[in-house]
Amino acid sequence: MTENIELQDSNHDFTHKHLLGLADYSKDDILFVLEQAKYFREILDRPVPKVPTLRDKTIVNLFYEDSTRTRLSFELAQKRMGADVVNFSKGSSSVKKGESLKDTIRNISSMKIDMVVARHKSPGVPHFLTRCVDAAIINAGDGAHEHPTQALLDMFTMQQVYPDLTGKNIAIIGDIAHSRVVRSNVIGLLKLGANVTVCGPKTMMPAYVEELGADVSYNIDEVLSWCDIAMALRIQLERQEGGTELFPSIREYHQLFGITMEHLEEYPDFTIMHPGPVNRGVEMESEVADSDRSIILSQVTNGVAVRMAILYLLSGRTRV
Amino acid sequence: MSYTPNLLLRNVRPVGGDFDGSQTVDIRITDGTIAEIGTELNPQKENETIHDAGGAYVSGGWMDMHVHLREPGYEHKETIETGCAAAAFGGFTEVACMPNTNPPIHTRDVVEFIKKKSEQLPVEVHPIGCVSKEREGDSIAEMSDMKEGGAVAFSDDGDPVYNSQLMRVALEYSSMLEMPIINHEEDLKLSRPGHMHEGKVSARLGIDGTPGIAEETMIARDILLAQFTGGHIHVAHISTAKAVDLVRQAKADGINITTEVCPHHFDLTDEEIERRDFDTNVKMHPPLRTQEDVNAMIEGLADGTIDAICTDHAPHAIEEKEVEFIYAPNGIIGLETAWSISVKRLLDSDVLDLQTLLTKFVEKPREILNLDIPKIEEGTKANLTLFNVDEEWTFSESAVRSKSKNSPYLGEELKGRAEAIYNNGRFVINEI
Repeated sequence: MTENIELQDSNHDFTHKHLLGLADYSKDDILFVLEQAKYFREILDRPVPKVPTLRDKTIVNLFYEDSTRTRLSFELAQKRMGADVVNFSKGSSSVKKGESLKDTIRNISSMKIDMVVARHKSPGVPHFLTRCVDAAIINAGDGAHEHPTQALLDMFTMQQVYPDLTGKNIAIIGDIAHSRVVRSNVIGLLKLGANVTVCGPKTMMPAYVEELGADVSYNIDEVLSWCDIAMALRIQLERQEGGTELFPSIREYHQLFGITMEHLEEYPDFTIMHPGPVNRGVEMESEVADSDRSIILSQVTNGVAVRMAILYLLSGRTRV
Repeated sequence: MSYTPNLLLRNVRPVGGDFDGSQTVDIRITDGTIAEIGTELNPQKENETIHDAGGAYVSGGWMDMHVHLREPGYEHKETIETGCAAAAFGGFTEVACMPNTNPPIHTRDVVEFIKKKSEQLPVEVHPIGCVSKEREGDSIAEMSDMKEGGAVAFSDDGDPVYNSQLMRVALEYSSMLEMPIINHEEDLKLSRPGHMHEGKVSARLGIDGTPGIAEETMIARDILLAQFTGGHIHVAHISTAKAVDLVRQAKADGINITTEVCPHHFDLTDEEIERRDFDTNVKMHPPLRTQEDVNAMIEGLADGTIDAICTDHAPHAIEEKEVEFIYAPNGIIGLETAWSISVKRLLDSDVLDLQTLLTKFVEKPREILNLDIPKIEEGTKANLTLFNVDEEWTFSESAVRSKSKNSPYLGEELKGRAEAIYNNGRFVINEI
């Protein structure tokens, strides 16, 4: 519990105050974070998985959008590092009274907050928060823009299978247009030298999808025969309600883009990931999610370690 | 806004009509009318004010045919008085205001309320009446009655006339009155829930986009309806390259169509949203588009496809704009900066010469709205803008005359400024 944490590469000049998105982080920054996360991952396997690293820090988790695992993961990471944590979720306290986000964050900040972890449906909210308060801001998902800690934990998990991701083939399958997980993963993976293909219905690709920098495919067999890792994304069933539907039915989505046990047999090499929560029977068959090819639960465990590393690096410390 | 019926303007350089800006003259205004144009005129009356303009240009007063004055209903954003103060600072002596107020300008009494509220101001306000009753997009409003009250055109701006049958009826009915229909061109099914231009930047930022086709398909429909009915369609705040092509072709085909563009659409691109980290002062509708579109705006201005420059002046209070990007209302104020942006993008870049640029501010908007065009001629009403094209100034908050400050140009170094306006016997000198 009192064991020191040593920076793996103290020569790397990590100067970021915030984590707004991986677009702002260099390859070396990303590798540095992932390297730090290894130490925190080890801590999680100890009998007492706690360190006092953030014991004098106060962190607010500001969640304006439903989240179970990301919020729990951050909270666990914070508590395992001894931080004081307050949670603010939409539906509680002042949001209902119609207080603006700016007023809310400034009020909370007046209570001496060191870091803010923010989730919001509007792209750019973390950037907006940096203009409102001095605290370090960590983006826990801003609309369909970025979800950098998710991408970091995904890359960390991929590294457990392939320590060097250079030249590895990664497929991301699902609703590409409306996914923050895709954007952060594509940015990060390309910086690490991986090959990335996004796959899904054409109606779920953003216009100018090539701008993301990944290759595009509309054929699941094509990408599964190619990839080392296939990451399926949650299809947001709620998007199908109201408005003009982007695909005809869940049934047809599964027929075209669902990963099945037949796929696992036909293409014996790829590993399966999913940021969760899985719609069983939609993105993949239940047996696929539970198969030994799936590393979905490792992603969840690693998420805590990666978030500990980010919290540590952004807490203003260079050494514990 | 002092009442100055008798004014001797010294050392001005008229542009427009027979004047090309090379001549320096004095202009004597008596009882609000241009009485004498000459050199080295002497003060004649005891109550004649003398203003030495120091060689400033003077033209017929400028007109902005697309502003939102917000009154009645949204006086926390802007009032007729503050909006007109912003217009005066920008060099505009006349504005046409859009009807998305509360109540909307959909009956004669609201038209007359606005006329009455503005009658003592140096800036003349021309209300644009609604196309539809309650601006609800279903059935046409009392256009003739509103015209009698002072309305100069009809529009449901803020929203499109989405119902094609309503647009047909509106074009037929308004053509009988010789009035244009101004449409906010947007196919709502294609555009929503867009918060910025759908393009490369929206792909990167994960923001739902409004595609150019949402504007273009609506313009194509309106061109066909204008051709079919013989009505006059005016395309509001044009913003895409293909839209300019459509209007250019329609004009070549002899269709009664005109259009306008805002300075921000020939100056800024969607890259600004990324560059400024989701600043809501670059969120407007139509959205900032691409460099290709900006270039097309400039070409359209150069070849005359785009008739007029307007601002779409859209004030919003600080607390309304300082919010999450997707919750922020669309629009920016534009009256104070329109001239400087035009100087930068059109005059200094040699796209338009000064006289042609001025037609976009003076003659064209009034031709579209069938209003008298001010002239620098003895015996005509003095309706003038004094301006320069080279003064460097900073658009600081103290220069904002609007009640709202939602401008992406705040803090910018600009060049060229309206120094003063004269209209309705009132003389306003702009101080930064």
